[in-house]
Amino acid sequence: MTLLPALPTPKKLGLVIDLDVCVGCHACVVNCKEWNTGGYGSALSDQAPYGADVSGAWLNRVHTFEVVPEGGEIVGEAGEARIVHFPKSCLHCEDAPCVTVCPTGASYKRAEDGIVLVDEDMCIGCGLCAWACPYGAREMDLAAGVMKKCTLCIDRIYNETMEEADRQPACVRTCPANARHFGDFSDPQSAVSIMTMERGGMDLMPEQGTRPVNKYLPPRPRKSLAAGAPLMPLAENTDGAKGFFAWLDGVLERI
Amino acid sequence: MKSTLRVALSKPVADEVRKTTCYMCACRCGINVHIKDGKIRYIEGNRDHPVNKGVLCAKGSAGIMQHYAPARLRAPLLRTGPRGSGEFKEISWDEALTLAADWLGRVRESDPKKLAFFTGRDQSQSLTGFWAQQYGTPNYAAHGGFCSVNMAAAGIMTIGGAFWEFGAPDWDRTRLFVMFGVAEDHDSNPLKMGIAKVKKNGARFISVNPVRTGYSAVADNWIGIRPGTDGLLILAVVHELLKARKIDVDYLVRYSNAPWLVIDAPGTAEHGLFARDADGKPLIFETVTERPVAEGTRGARPALSGRFQLDDGRFAVPSFQLLAEKYLDPQYAPEAVSGETGIAPEIIRGLAAEIARVAFEETISIDQPWTDMHGERHESYIGRPVSFHAMRGLSAHSNGFQTARALHMLQVLIGAVDCPGAFRFEPPYPKPVEAHPTPHGRAEHFGSNKPLSGPHLGFPRGPEDMLIDAEGRPNRIDKAFSWDAPFAVHGAMHMVIANAHAGDPYPVDVLFLYMANMAWNSSMNTAGVIRMLEDKDPATGDYKIPKIIYSDAYASETVAYADLVLPDTTYLERHDCISLLDRPISEPDAVQDAIRWPVIEPDRDVRGFQTVLLDLAARLKLNGFVDQRGKALYKDYADYIVRHERRPGIGPLAGFRGVNGDRTGRGAANPDQLKRYIENGSFFSAHIPMEAQFFKHANKAYQDFAVKMGFFDQPKPVTFQLYQESLQKFRLSAEGVREPKAPETHRQRILDTFSPLPDWYRPFEEAAVDREKFPYHAITQRPAAMYHSWGSMNAWLRQIHTRNPLYVPGPICDEMGLADGDWIWVISHHGRIKVEIARSDAVNRDTIWTWNAIGKRKGAWALDQDAPEARKGFLMNHLIHELLPPKGDGLRWSNSDPVTGQAAWYDLRVRIEKAEPAEISEPHFATVAEPGRTHVEVEQLRYGQEWAK
Repeated sequence: MTLLPALPTPKKLGLVIDLDVCVGCHACVVNCKEWNTGGYGSALSDQAPYGADVSGAWLNRVHTFEVVPEGGEIVGEAGEARIVHFPKSCLHCEDAPCVTVCPTGASYKRAEDGIVLVDEDMCIGCGLCAWACPYGAREMDLAAGVMKKCTLCIDRIYNETMEEADRQPACVRTCPANARHFGDFSDPQSAVSIMTMERGGMDLMPEQGTRPVNKYLPPRPRKSLAAGAPLMPLAENTDGAKGFFAWLDGVLERI
Repeated sequence: MKSTLRVALSKPVADEVRKTTCYMCACRCGINVHIKDGKIRYIEGNRDHPVNKGVLCAKGSAGIMQHYAPARLRAPLLRTGPRGSGEFKEISWDEALTLAADWLGRVRESDPKKLAFFTGRDQSQSLTGFWAQQYGTPNYAAHGGFCSVNMAAAGIMTIGGAFWEFGAPDWDRTRLFVMFGVAEDHDSNPLKMGIAKVKKNGARFISVNPVRTGYSAVADNWIGIRPGTDGLLILAVVHELLKARKIDVDYLVRYSNAPWLVIDAPGTAEHGLFARDADGKPLIFETVTERPVAEGTRGARPALSGRFQLDDGRFAVPSFQLLAEKYLDPQYAPEAVSGETGIAPEIIRGLAAEIARVAFEETISIDQPWTDMHGERHESYIGRPVSFHAMRGLSAHSNGFQTARALHMLQVLIGAVDCPGAFRFEPPYPKPVEAHPTPHGRAEHFGSNKPLSGPHLGFPRGPEDMLIDAEGRPNRIDKAFSWDAPFAVHGAMHMVIANAHAGDPYPVDVLFLYMANMAWNSSMNTAGVIRMLEDKDPATGDYKIPKIIYSDAYASETVAYADLVLPDTTYLERHDCISLLDRPISEPDAVQDAIRWPVIEPDRDVRGFQTVLLDLAARLKLNGFVDQRGKALYKDYADYIVRHERRPGIGPLAGFRGVNGDRTGRGAANPDQLKRYIENGSFFSAHIPMEAQFFKHANKAYQDFAVKMGFFDQPKPVTFQLYQESLQKFRLSAEGVREPKAPETHRQRILDTFSPLPDWYRPFEEAAVDREKFPYHAITQRPAAMYHSWGSMNAWLRQIHTRNPLYVPGPICDEMGLADGDWIWVISHHGRIKVEIARSDAVNRDTIWTWNAIGKRKGAWALDQDAPEARKGFLMNHLIHELLPPKGDGLRWSNSDPVTGQAAWYDLRVRIEKAEPAEISEPHFATVAEPGRTHVEVEQLRYGQEWAK
């Protein structure tokens, strides 16, 4: 058993993921992999990389769902099915079951900023944390035999050898759709806090009682096109070209 | 333990950062390549780069795995086994180049047209085109003919520019963004950044696309149109706008040919052409003096309707009258097009209403005085903030040219071209058709051991500029610029192998290809193309296409069909220039170009293709590449980029010219130019002055700027050509009233499809097959995380798309009792494939689809033979024929747009039948051997493990 730090932590670092603009392009997924395979801890290995059963350890994945709303919600014009691209990585929960379940103390939540990390030197690869995580946000590295997870790019965000602007997680820096934001949720004036408030940012599976730090912004409401059809003005004379040319002559007089 | 002690927080990332340009797709984003211990530690977007401003997509972020992929070719290869076997021996570069020069030299002397040189998705067409011109074959083009020539040709002919590389939406100011089709792989970062801005600004984003993935998934409104009917939707919107009087008349009079008089003399050689004065200037009817005067006459108040007598007694009407009469016809009413497009009338009306509302009620103004080409001063830029973007699929239909024309006409009608908030041109565009060359390739344009007399590709002004002989037969192997495809301004690469194999119009000796997977996903009728490449002449025992030279960096399917393989470098090992002479990366506010340079030295015996081409040019002693004594002018491509001048003072790169590197656009070669680019992040950007930033087609300050930069030698303003006279010339030829007369065989087709005003007709394949027998459309969509076939050899990207299910709409699944994981036969008029399905409701009701180019041939790309890409992955290409079904006229027409020759990939019609469960998609092909030493067994990758603490 491993203890959680005293809560709340002075800083609550995490991500806001905006489902209104995520196009599911996987930029965050791959950039995370390339940063982290050479970064914190052991490499993110790939098994049978050119073979039949290719697989690998990733800290962030995008899941794509097709949903058909039950009604009432406008999601488009043709058909009602909507595709949702759902990026998912560790949510750095306040009540992180992956920490408390850890038998060695390898899995821990940092007291100063709330980041949940794995100390690979202490990890015995038992996999209990992955079972305990309701989000499936941890992946075992098969080559190293240790558990890998999102570090919020801890080797970037405090990295004094980097330019200030680059001190953010790789997924946030690379996202072309501006769908990912990083910040401190303990500060109500931070951009992520304000965004979450204004856009109705949500917890993922709040019923699990994990109190995730990361928040998801729901898609913005959409307006039907067809509803605007009656706004089209009716011209004085809509019968074919003749009335049109009369109107046109009038306009030409005025310009 | 205190947690801060457990983590090293400030480890330096790498030893060095080298800035270059990405090539994981065609966006051409700036990248920072972090080098550690001589290896690539990390690739990120360059924050200062104007294209991507720091962001980088999945493909770009996977550059490490592309660079180190086992599929990389390692040395020049000479075929030893039969074609397709993949059996080669490695040879030295000297042997390879001697052999290539020998083959090419003989053809150049005996009959230069027997070389067909076609390049794929490369970005060096300014060099390859120049090389081919100096070599002297008429048979050169890049891949535009099977990509998006419909967009490019229609755009340039209509407004002097097109989407993507020619212009972009004004992302910051637009209030309504409407996107038709568009692949998700490129140019994806600018689009993603733009869409995010649009949504953040509270503007509306409407996507018209049969498939609701990617961008469409986040659109405010998705219109799941039936493929091939976009043109009809656009014309219905035009109908509604005209009916509601929601058009910008002032804009039309100022910037378009709406007032130009069209001769009304049916049955004569000039019917439907513009009435012109003695100097050839088009005439308008001046309403104050009530007489025809030349367009552009100062103070003239032109008529837009009426029928007027010309001085020669003939009658003429303003082209706008023809336009308005055509589209006000009830055949374009929303109710009338609803059945064909699959879109409810109220949605079409709602779309038109939203366009009208934003264009005319959310008008914006930028207080910046500017002066137009007539010398008239305007106090501000008035913007109609409705912007459009389109690309593939809209263009990959046999009616794509007219559809793209319709979209540009819509933009002009609402006054939304190059104004604030709308689509804006990117320099060196806009550029009128008159500023482009005409095509070259007729018999009188070439001969033994001499250059072609002008550029291969250009814009015909009428039938007289086609590349045909006295009997009307095509001069080019791909039949570009012939009666089959008069405006094939990018060539027709997808027809080259079929035509060369058939010896129609003639056989070739050498087929020279670069970076195009023609034996797989870049060809229609893949199995047939493979047979053509393998086919021998029974009389001689030689291959029907005798010699094939191919350059690629990777062991693609096409490598196995080459006789001689010239291994290219990866994108991180090469010099390149992204040139204003080629496919520029400018932004609406800035003139831009960029370079690549070897940020990593090759560890194999490979050479950049462009350097190889220069070597061959020197061996062949081509003009422009050797001095008078026959000595090579350029050491390598880097040297060429710096010192080559296309016109005096104009070279491949516009930045840091002049001896001191302080000249832009025009200036002497600067030996330090590449160094300066590298110091600047491998790109160059010159801002356009604010008084020149909008209405570039008619803005005096911009036109002067363009001359100063060297785009033109004198101002070249553009008048938008809503009515297209050059198309009417072809109709007159087809009517037999104007020379040259069209052959009888082509007349009806030209009359049906060359309307001088944008038109819609049913795509050819759909019109030719029994629609009930083949009730569905089948199309591909490009995933955001793969660029064509380039991605399956990438250990990371292939984990995202390891195989491609066929997505079948829910209603069809219900009707046929199909569920996820079932197998079906998909059958077209040409072929059948057996594939695994997945259900989807986020798709047009009549359309099945899959991801493009995931399927691979067994043995290719250094993948294991049991890789899912080769077992379950599949290509739609097997269902698509390069020829249309026989019509009974004794001819087999190319499966292309009749105007531009663009490959009509998305015209495919199919039916489906439930099949027995299976493990392997059909058809599948014999295994190709690994060429050279590409295949190494890799059980596990731990990239970067040496840097773990």
